[in-house]
Amino acid sequence: MTQSGYASERETTEGRVFTVTGGDWDTVTGSVDPLSNEKIVVNMGPQHPSTHGVLRLVLELEGETVTDVRPVVGYLHTGIEKNLEYRNWTQGTTFVTRADYLAPLFNEAGYCLAVEKLLGITDDITERANTIRVLFMELNRISSHLVWLATTGMELGAISMMLYGFREREYILDIFEETSGLRMNHAYFRPGGVAQDIPESAIKKIRDFLVYLPKKLKEYEAMLSGQVIWQERTQGVAVLDVTGCLAMGVTGPVLRSAGLAWDLRKTMPYCGYENYEFDVPTATTADVWGRYQVRLAEIRESLKIVEQALDRLRPGPIFIADKKIAWPAQLAVGLDGMGNSLEHVAKIMGQSMESLIHHFKLVTEGFRVPAGQVYVAIEHPRGELGVHAVSDGGTHPYRVHMRDPSFVNLQAIPAMAEGALLADVIAGGASLDPVMGGCDR
Amino acid sequence: MTVEPSSPEGANLGAPAQTPSSPQKGMFGITGTGDVSGFGGLVRPRHEVVGSPKPYGGYFDEVTDALEEAYPGFADAVEKVVVDRDELTLHIVPERIAEVAQIMRDDDSLRFELCSSVSGVDYLNSDARRLHVTYHLASMTYRRRVRLEVAVPAGGSVPTVTSVYPTADWQERETYDMFGVIFTGHPNLTRVLMPDDWEGHPQRKDYPLGGVPVEYKGAEIPPPDQRRVYQ
Repeated sequence: MTQSGYASERETTEGRVFTVTGGDWDTVTGSVDPLSNEKIVVNMGPQHPSTHGVLRLVLELEGETVTDVRPVVGYLHTGIEKNLEYRNWTQGTTFVTRADYLAPLFNEAGYCLAVEKLLGITDDITERANTIRVLFMELNRISSHLVWLATTGMELGAISMMLYGFREREYILDIFEETSGLRMNHAYFRPGGVAQDIPESAIKKIRDFLVYLPKKLKEYEAMLSGQVIWQERTQGVAVLDVTGCLAMGVTGPVLRSAGLAWDLRKTMPYCGYENYEFDVPTATTADVWGRYQVRLAEIRESLKIVEQALDRLRPGPIFIADKKIAWPAQLAVGLDGMGNSLEHVAKIMGQSMESLIHHFKLVTEGFRVPAGQVYVAIEHPRGELGVHAVSDGGTHPYRVHMRDPSFVNLQAIPAMAEGALLADVIAGGASLDPVMGGCDR
Repeated sequence: MTVEPSSPEGANLGAPAQTPSSPQKGMFGITGTGDVSGFGGLVRPRHEVVGSPKPYGGYFDEVTDALEEAYPGFADAVEKVVVDRDELTLHIVPERIAEVAQIMRDDDSLRFELCSSVSGVDYLNSDARRLHVTYHLASMTYRRRVRLEVAVPAGGSVPTVTSVYPTADWQERETYDMFGVIFTGHPNLTRVLMPDDWEGHPQRKDYPLGGVPVEYKGAEIPPPDQRRVYQ
């Protein structure tokens, strides 16, 4: 019998037999003497309703006080970055969109901006494409913040907030579905523009939503802000000041709740954000309450941007004019959902041999991207989303790394939770708004 | 950087290649007998990254001058300065990265308070020091960004920057996990995304993607890394 890794193994006539003992956990609990030591080791997750996904927290408790927290991630690792290297640049959007599934359009935007910067076509993106991007990113920010409100409400005991938050998010997903054909994982932003134009029906829906949501927001505020339990669970809990945030690399609403108005839409604008009027909400309490206030205010600011974007929407092309890059295919709603537009296919097939060749080359081979590397950062609902894209001059990405805010922000859990109560780990973790799909990629 | 004209073992014998062909080699992504066009033998060397001449333009001159002034070992530590696509990259000698990061953070005229991102890139077959680690620093005071880059051979080590930027902790762990770069002095250099007992470093270019053939409408589609693709 030999020991290898975590399981002992022995050779038998039927083959190799492993005996799995889970020794890892034994050594942790074995080091605790239950008589002289009150320390308890608690394993929370990776499947726990309060951990926002498959996050595992190993907690050491003395009574109800947390002395040590070790977040364990990686349970949702799907190799998105590696997979990108085997697809062409345009196909990349269908992968990155699946990383942070609550903010898919941000993943796509970050990736597309990086590819466009590599291509040197950032300034050639049409006005309408940029406006649609801003419009959809802000709607996505609202839906992401609504889910935060919903799940955090649930985790702190306000179950009705969960139902309301998801209900309102559904409204936004309907708008996305109307335009891109999918509720989530849209692959709607493409390098060079967006896949489809917005139909009039979706614009009408967005206008209705602009009237609908502010009323609802007031209701949520009335329901949560004045409630004593909500205040007790959030005020003065999981404090992380600006120094702590910067040391741990925490950005987004958590950093702004500590008082630093760092918002990449203002400080390093992209997609024409410099043309929109909006404020960067901040708080000074640096606690869960502050993050709640900041996120609520951000929903309102996003509504302002959506309204301005709708007003700025002028008819025009939604894709870059350069035929070497512009995607030649078009989509339409078919029998089994969104697919190739048969009309468009007939046009290409019937038009000329050259346009057929062009279509075939661009769709199967893709465009080449000059060698080099870029780093593009955008303001994601959870903080800075950075995309480091490297090209070797080929039709496939050589390397794409996503600096996902969930991954970086989760490092701050020990700093916020150690020394506090067990219940505050839940509130603190929730206030970071981690999405494990983005964290583990 | 030197280009190593290495061909995968068995590539000329018609046998399956031992390592996946590097993206610069061949036109259809296959080696051996599958290719009858002759384009499979095409070799396109990666172009060497060359340093940019001064002046760099924008704030890049200020940043490099300030670093040169604040850091006496500038000439020894900085291998080259590259300006490309409005981004400044300082290639640093691996042993000096923590020192440089300290000055980048603390010097009044630099003030790169935030380490945005740490990640790796594997330049297999195009650089003898194939594993590169990139650090993306952001200065909130001056609203600037800069990239530091170090290069080590496989199995090489880089001093950790966690004492300067604690946020690099998990990101260095991920780089170790995915590329096998050892960060000396790191408080807890273990895998972060892959399971603890995983073998190999998945993001390396000679690590296969894996996958199984899938049947779709009667046809069998090979896994992505074995499909024919134009490169």
